[in-house]
Amino acid sequence: MARQYLLGNEALAHAALEGGVGFAAGYPGTPSSEVIDLLRVERPAGVHVEWSTNEKVAFENALAAAWCGVRALFTTKHVGLNVAADPLMTSAYTGVTGGLVVFSADDPYAHSSQNEQDSRLYAAMAGLPCLDPTTIEEAHALLRDAFALSEEFGLPVIFRPTTRICHSKADIELGPIAETPRTAIFRRDPRQYVVIPAHTRVLHHRLNKKQPRIRERLLELGYNEGTIRGPRAVVAGGIAASYVREVLPDDVSLFTVRAYPVDLEQLRCFCLEHEEVLVVEEGAPVVEEQVRQAAGCVRVSGKRTGHVPAEGELSPAAVRVALAKAGYLDTPPAPSAPEEGLPPRPPILCAGCPHRAVFFAMRRVFKDAVFPSDIGCYTLGLQLGAVDTTICMGASITVGSGIAQTAGGDVVATIGDSTFLHTGLPGLVNSVYNGANMVVVILDNRTTAMTGHQPNPTTGVTATGEVSPKVSLEALCRACGVAWVETVDPYDMTGLVATLREAKGQSGVRVVIAKKPCVINERRAKVARPRYAVDASVCSGCRTCLRFGCPALALEGETAAITALCSGCGVCAALCPQGAIGREGRPPAKGGTV
Amino acid sequence: MSYDIMIVGVGGQGTILASNILGEACVTEGRSVRGAETHGMAQRGGSVECSVRIDGRFGPLIDPGSADLLLSFDLLEALRYRHFLKPIGRVVTNTAIITPTPVFTQQLPMPSPAECLARLAPFRPLAIDAGALAREAGSELAQNVVLIGAASHLLPLSPESLLAAIERSVPPKTIELNRRAFELGRAAGT
Repeated sequence: MARQYLLGNEALAHAALEGGVGFAAGYPGTPSSEVIDLLRVERPAGVHVEWSTNEKVAFENALAAAWCGVRALFTTKHVGLNVAADPLMTSAYTGVTGGLVVFSADDPYAHSSQNEQDSRLYAAMAGLPCLDPTTIEEAHALLRDAFALSEEFGLPVIFRPTTRICHSKADIELGPIAETPRTAIFRRDPRQYVVIPAHTRVLHHRLNKKQPRIRERLLELGYNEGTIRGPRAVVAGGIAASYVREVLPDDVSLFTVRAYPVDLEQLRCFCLEHEEVLVVEEGAPVVEEQVRQAAGCVRVSGKRTGHVPAEGELSPAAVRVALAKAGYLDTPPAPSAPEEGLPPRPPILCAGCPHRAVFFAMRRVFKDAVFPSDIGCYTLGLQLGAVDTTICMGASITVGSGIAQTAGGDVVATIGDSTFLHTGLPGLVNSVYNGANMVVVILDNRTTAMTGHQPNPTTGVTATGEVSPKVSLEALCRACGVAWVETVDPYDMTGLVATLREAKGQSGVRVVIAKKPCVINERRAKVARPRYAVDASVCSGCRTCLRFGCPALALEGETAAITALCSGCGVCAALCPQGAIGREGRPPAKGGTV
Repeated sequence: MSYDIMIVGVGGQGTILASNILGEACVTEGRSVRGAETHGMAQRGGSVECSVRIDGRFGPLIDPGSADLLLSFDLLEALRYRHFLKPIGRVVTNTAIITPTPVFTQQLPMPSPAECLARLAPFRPLAIDAGALAREAGSELAQNVVLIGAASHLLPLSPESLLAAIERSVPPKTIELNRRAFELGRAAGT
């Protein structure tokens, strides 16, 4: 097959097909989402691909497929592995028969995440092998081979790419898709699959007995290898190794780590050939700890000694600085400084985003409330002063009830439709059960927007396009015992404010479902609304509309103006106190309605 | 050594398509290439950056002070990423600026287009009205291809490979339009 310029995740989705994957499940999360997104479009007949409701659900589905002898792939971002950690830990005891690859994409520098945790530590804790590619090309080959490795060990294999593998591109040569359809059979074996204490003690012993063989086999496969070139050495893992290769002087040795557990004897032999060793890796000092164990009296530097930054991501420049600190290189000249005093351009809710109207109305109605929120595009409501807390998926409702039960006062939690189904639901049941006094606003935009518009159970369509029953959020909330549930159109500012005022007047758990499809999806579906315009002769230049923060609103001279970005939601027209905003080509309504 | 390009702009302007075109052109010429791009939340109207390293063999990232070319879809963004250029690097930029929303919501000062160009002067900026040329070609959306056309005189890739890459990367119905956009940009870049 000819070479192609591919996104890391595109190459990795294909690698899973080359490796004979028969079942893939995940929950969207940057930087992992494109793998399932690609598989659901390109899957051969007979391969099951699904977006599951959360990572625990996805992992358990994939695990069961692997128990039936099928090669299975579970995809998640690093923090999703926390959600799936419960089954992950015990899956190392039960093992698998079909290969199971746990694709957990780490995000050093937290480009799109709430933390910088390191999936390699999960591998160590669970006793599972972990593959950590240093380039896209390697990632492609390692993921393809991971399924066979998983079957050989009878264990799930953790595959840990980072953002700069998943969302980088390279010229790649893909291989043929495997054509080995398997018959899935679940063979009953309670001693394997029922982890009662009597069974699990035996299984734990069996897992520990596997460890030496795993080390031996990874050594044979040559994933971790060193080249001796001088008295000083660098040990590097993951994408950081490719930055090291770019800047490393010719007389410095290099040991590259691509697989865990690392064989300590191999590492010891390498280290003892040198006077000093610098360890370069992103994330936790996982390799560094191993080198410190193995190196004896050889001097070791890395994160622990402050030579390598303890957090964030690396780059060739950062590696150069680390090498200079260790005395391997002359101090590089200071890089040119960025231009100062430029207005920032942070990410922002789209023009016509229904979330903006909800946040604006919440601030109008609940002036002194606490606003716990959640993970999604709507976290950008921070810019509108309507997001006070975000910790992890589903935590808006639980943090909200915790605040309501202790500090009291008005609490208005916001959560997206997909996040609500992910882990919001147990929190809602809990808040009703324990008598919390709060408002929950479900920002229902009929999709999982931030990660690339994946479908979810409210959209009535599966990952592979089959029609499924649409989950009714309203019925779901009522079934949880919420007595007051109202659905409202967020573009109807008058109705939205009235609904929130009514909610404010009630007690107990109240749910407002602000339902409107994501404006990006509407544009793709060619839903066209006439644009709005400002009548400059009526505009007083009061800037009320500009404070709404819509990117389609601008200032031209002393009056407001609406740009070509306008999607026709019309919310700004309802906010204008002068009534200066109306549909393009039509006279504005008499005045603002809110 | 690789020829390193930073492509910058505002989320949604088509920087990723532009990087795909350059990458495809490298593949056409049988050259290795590496790239990195912004996905996820930052795409929502934020400042975005892609890197393309022609003949790149290592990682995808370009260090500040080392890029050969800055290809910018927005004049303000050209200034924001200026420090990525090496002293002899060049800038090819759109003359248009999308005013960042904080300028209105927080009443922040904003450099004029003339000030932006003056501060870019050491890099001999090639500034073109990509929107006007794209409309002339038939679609506002073809600005990225106009800019590649304008930059084609500086890129170590042949115009034929770039055109072949454009044909493979854009929707089939828009191939003719994008061909025109490339030629208009190329003419404006001389």
